[in-house]
Amino acid sequence: MQRAHRILAPIAIGVLFLAAWEGFVRLRGIAPYILPTPSAVALSLWVDGPSLIGSLLVTLRITLAALAAAAFFGGAIALLFSRSRILELSLFPYAVILQVTPIVAIAPLIIIWVREPFLALLFCAWIVAFFPIVSNTTVGLNSADRNLLALFRLYGASRGQVLLYLRLPTALPYFLAGLRISGGLALIGAVVAEFVAGTGGAETGLAFRILEAGYRLAIPRMFAALFLLSLTGIVIYLVLDLLSRRLLRHWHESALQEEEE
Amino acid sequence: MPSKPAAPPVVVLRGVTKRFASGLEALGGVDLAVARGEFLSLLGPSGCGKSTLLRIVAGLSEPTSGSCVLNLGGKDGDATPTGRIGFVFQDPTLMPWSTVLGNAELPLRIKGHVGSAERDRAAAALRAVGLAGFERSYPHQLSGGMRMRVSIARALVTDPELLLLDEPFAALDEITRMALNDDLLRLWEAHRPTILFVTHSVFESVYLSTRIAVMAPRPGRIVADLPVGLAQSRDRAVRTSPAYVAMCETVSGALAVAMAPPPIPPPQAGEG
Repeated sequence: MQRAHRILAPIAIGVLFLAAWEGFVRLRGIAPYILPTPSAVALSLWVDGPSLIGSLLVTLRITLAALAAAAFFGGAIALLFSRSRILELSLFPYAVILQVTPIVAIAPLIIIWVREPFLALLFCAWIVAFFPIVSNTTVGLNSADRNLLALFRLYGASRGQVLLYLRLPTALPYFLAGLRISGGLALIGAVVAEFVAGTGGAETGLAFRILEAGYRLAIPRMFAALFLLSLTGIVIYLVLDLLSRRLLRHWHESALQEEEE
Repeated sequence: MPSKPAAPPVVVLRGVTKRFASGLEALGGVDLAVARGEFLSLLGPSGCGKSTLLRIVAGLSEPTSGSCVLNLGGKDGDATPTGRIGFVFQDPTLMPWSTVLGNAELPLRIKGHVGSAERDRAAAALRAVGLAGFERSYPHQLSGGMRMRVSIARALVTDPELLLLDEPFAALDEITRMALNDDLLRLWEAHRPTILFVTHSVFESVYLSTRIAVMAPRPGRIVADLPVGLAQSRDRAVRTSPAYVAMCETVSGALAVAMAPPPIPPPQAGEG
């Protein structure tokens, strides 16, 4: 019953919202290029769907590549930071600077510098996505239980053993929490970079389709593309959430509650 | 208590002091010798440096001055007596991501080999603490007492000569605590490791040990060294025997002297 509520209640709200939207636009006679009805958006989704899906795959490829790079390099940088305090102290501020600089502002430069469009977009999305992983994983690697560390020392464990048996498992939940944030950010980064890059190469991503639809006043198609984009973001989040729960289900509080309900 | 003159003491502390960076003088000159096979309790109020002393013996902390010499078997001059010391913390200190078996075999894994023989040793250690059948469980599925049993099994898995326990049962309820006291006695009788047991419970120390060192705080030092003249093999009936009650009174008296107000009296000092 609880479970059904959790699914049905949001759906009911969504249907109500769409119906109100549809009714409002029709009653007021609002032009479709100002605000299209949901039915017009759905129709556009049906008609333009195949070509939009093609563009979505372009954006998705950049997003996933950026996320993978963020996971790999973010994890590697965190590992480096945990091994050397000096390295962490001297480099962490620059990671922060990279993080707080608006990607919109530096994307044009990156696109000029990196000739290959795919790589340029990938790099932009990576810059946006890597920080949560670095920051979280660094905290995780430094959070090993003090007494367990003492125990490892007592048994004469090597640094490698401490890392493998203690620091890495401790850091895993932190890393996964960072990954979940980065998943959404990678998508945002890819979209922003595409907005700045324009058409770029031969392939056009979903962000450019939104721009293009805007120029042509094909507002329903714009909404359809937007809808696909948010859907993608939600799916990425859900997949990463599932991954996190799978990996932590035996022991971490975040995954246990679900199991015991 | 019969003592064998041939065997050198397992632990010899001479003039051990410890001053922390904060200026706190945790230990002010401790001399202590622990004979092989002895069950020695370090008894004292919180903050008397018992745990610090234990960490120094384990080699986890360096004394500011004085010396700590361990005479453990095996190769002479072996600087790190890996696996010859077992340590049990106040918290179970288990790896939550690892199964009960994985936790128990950790010391063997660190030594570098986990074959079926090592797995069997870990399983045997778990059986010895009454956890047979729980090998595949995860720590979060166990009660506090069972987690502490895993922690003890982990300390026993290397068959250590010296077992250091830092208030291991302080966080447990009375019933679990008494059960674990009996289990610890049984394990000690079976393997006869030398045990250094930190506690702030008079009854626990009298029930378990062959000797009690009473400590006083500020700075931490040993103020009384009392042999316990009870039968070596004990069971719960001992708890009501006149000898046991008399010993508890003696130890409480020594503790009261240790806790006597210092020249500048604080409002009250915590008992037990």
